[in-house]
Amino acid sequence: MFRDAALVAGKDLRIEWRSRVTTNQVAPFAVLVLILFAFALDPDRGVLQRATAGLFWIAILFSALLAVQRAFALEAADGNRDGLRLSGLRPAGIFLGKAGAVALELAALEVLLGIGVVVLYNTTWSGWLLLITTSMVATIGLAAAGTLYGVLAAGLRVRETLLPLLLLPVVAPVLLGATQAFEAALDQSASNGWSWVVLLSSFAVIYVAFGILAFGSLLEES
Amino acid sequence: MEPVAKDQVVHFSAAVSLLGRFPALAGIDLDVERGEVVLVQGPNGAGKTTLLRACAGLIPVVSGEATVLGCDLTQAADRTAVRRRVGLLGHASGLYDDLTVTDNVHFWARSCGATRAEADAALATLGLDGRLAGVVVAKLSAGQRRRTSIAALVARRSELWLLDEPHAGLDQTGRDVIDRLIRSAASAGATVIVASHEVDRAGAIADRTVTIAGGTVVTEPPGPAAPDVLASPRADMRTERRQNDEGVEPQQDVLHVS
Amino acid sequence: MIESEGMVPAHTGSRATRLLGLATLAGIAIVLVLALAVTGPDAVQGDAARLIYLHVPVAVSMNVGFGLCTLGSVMWLWKKSRWWDTVAVSAAEVGLVFTGLTLVTGMVWGRPTWGVYWTWDARLTTFSLLFLLYLGYLVVRHLPADVEVRNRRSAYVALLAFVDVPIVYMSVSWWRGLHQTATLSLSSTISGLMLFTLVLAIAVSLMGFLWLLIHRFRVAWLEDEVETAGLDLAINERRAEAAVMEVSTP
Repeated sequence: MFRDAALVAGKDLRIEWRSRVTTNQVAPFAVLVLILFAFALDPDRGVLQRATAGLFWIAILFSALLAVQRAFALEAADGNRDGLRLSGLRPAGIFLGKAGAVALELAALEVLLGIGVVVLYNTTWSGWLLLITTSMVATIGLAAAGTLYGVLAAGLRVRETLLPLLLLPVVAPVLLGATQAFEAALDQSASNGWSWVVLLSSFAVIYVAFGILAFGSLLEES
Repeated sequence: MEPVAKDQVVHFSAAVSLLGRFPALAGIDLDVERGEVVLVQGPNGAGKTTLLRACAGLIPVVSGEATVLGCDLTQAADRTAVRRRVGLLGHASGLYDDLTVTDNVHFWARSCGATRAEADAALATLGLDGRLAGVVVAKLSAGQRRRTSIAALVARRSELWLLDEPHAGLDQTGRDVIDRLIRSAASAGATVIVASHEVDRAGAIADRTVTIAGGTVVTEPPGPAAPDVLASPRADMRTERRQNDEGVEPQQDVLHVS
Repeated sequence: MIESEGMVPAHTGSRATRLLGLATLAGIAIVLVLALAVTGPDAVQGDAARLIYLHVPVAVSMNVGFGLCTLGSVMWLWKKSRWWDTVAVSAAEVGLVFTGLTLVTGMVWGRPTWGVYWTWDARLTTFSLLFLLYLGYLVVRHLPADVEVRNRRSAYVALLAFVDVPIVYMSVSWWRGLHQTATLSLSSTISGLMLFTLVLAIAVSLMGFLWLLIHRFRVAWLEDEVETAGLDLAINERRAEAAVMEVSTP
């Protein structure tokens, strides 16, 4: 299963490397979201600084939507979905591979936005251990839930509009937990933050487990 | 019912398959033995593609009997098991546009357990190991794309080849390559089912021809050398198989609609 | 429940549902009398508190509906039971209606009592996400697809929604707990006649829910029967194509 996952993840990342969709389109989009927040909220009264954690994670959430859409758009082209089903790949492995690739792309975006927030909102990061741990578990949860709903929406003509409707309510706890943990890190009251990390970890574990079990079933079109 | 013979690769009897609510296969009978090359022909919409996809285990069979390589296509677990043992060449290329020819064939080969060496051998057989090896698939012509898909198929070394209109869109050289491949696959022990409109060309390499329309097999008007056929319900008569010989008209199968 | 195949009934009523319907109507009448006339107004909230006899029962029915949807989905995935799958979709639809009722009655209660239509406490926030999750379930359910595929997809969505709800609730109550906001509830404890009325109201609401569920179930079941019956016809038409082709081949 892990060998299959590595193969699929490698393929997805190689495609990303060649086509550069994440770097050329999703990353600018994420930065654009940060900039638009500055238009919507008054940049002078410190609102952006106080709301940094929430705005950061909302930008990541929207980028996650795009990353998941892209991950399955690859397979929608030209009979590749059939190819995956006909190959000997274990569906659990395909799930882990695709989720893994999405997670890595999101991690890269988080680094980029982390820098963007320092520059654009004048925030200073602190509580690094908490920040990094939160990012890791939140990203895994997002990628797992996204891949699961992504395959569900994948074969459908309405997938662009369906995926946000399905995925966003489900990952609302991740938004909440990650924001609270980040705020705890920024306020230097880290002790509260770690309980949120526990919640995020449970979310990640549940959705990874679900994905491993259900992905194969959802990959069947007929 | 007669028991399925051991080297009978495909056995369909009154099989029905649905696409949504539409009965794409409406009671089809087909028997293919190991090592045979069968041409399936018929008008558009007859169900040729659905038949091949059902044999590949991608579509469930909801009623009747359907066994491929010993796997019962009415059962979900068997359908999953049969998939990695067949090789399907569909209308779509099944390739990743952003990857090179080599990357694609390597990925698809390794995903079904073939080694890198087998993948490289397949690339060489199709003449894709030279200039084209590093070209991104999006930049290939239709014929080159088809050859890449076939290389991925060859690397699988499957027991049953299912080719859906393999000659479509290819030039003369490309078509010759396909014919050669089919012949060598058959002589290596694989079974090949080809769906094609090109009756003459494909007919020359096939051992026999089956005509389907409306999701079932239809009676063919007998050819000049066809033996006398007694029609009885569910009768499944097969003529003698002949070796491929250029210029010899293959015997046409006579099957009765049941 | 349904009579033999081949007969398409003119309506989905039966003796059982008629009795149930009448009992529900009688129950509603009794509850109305009790709620509006017999029980006294709340010490703090006044007459607006009577809305509890409407709001809580529909909220309970809503939760029962979603619980049934999840149960039905699990049973379908486990036993491939078509009966349970039909229960799941019917319960989700009726549950969604009761969700709307809960929302409206909650807002009508909230505004005069606490001055707000909405507040972000654990219960309400979870409620809003629950609504969206099951809306997603129904959207996926009604997408055109092969029956098996549709049932499987929506069953998984229902399961994931069910798993998500406690996570949402826990995280939000944790979050709001930090801020110590007041939750919306009655100031005094309920007892005696008020408690009796409330329990009766819940029972009546569940009866109404059941009545709607049965009818919706039957409609869904009949829809599926019609589609299956159409299959044999479709097969024959398909094979007729072959006959036409035979005739036209020289």
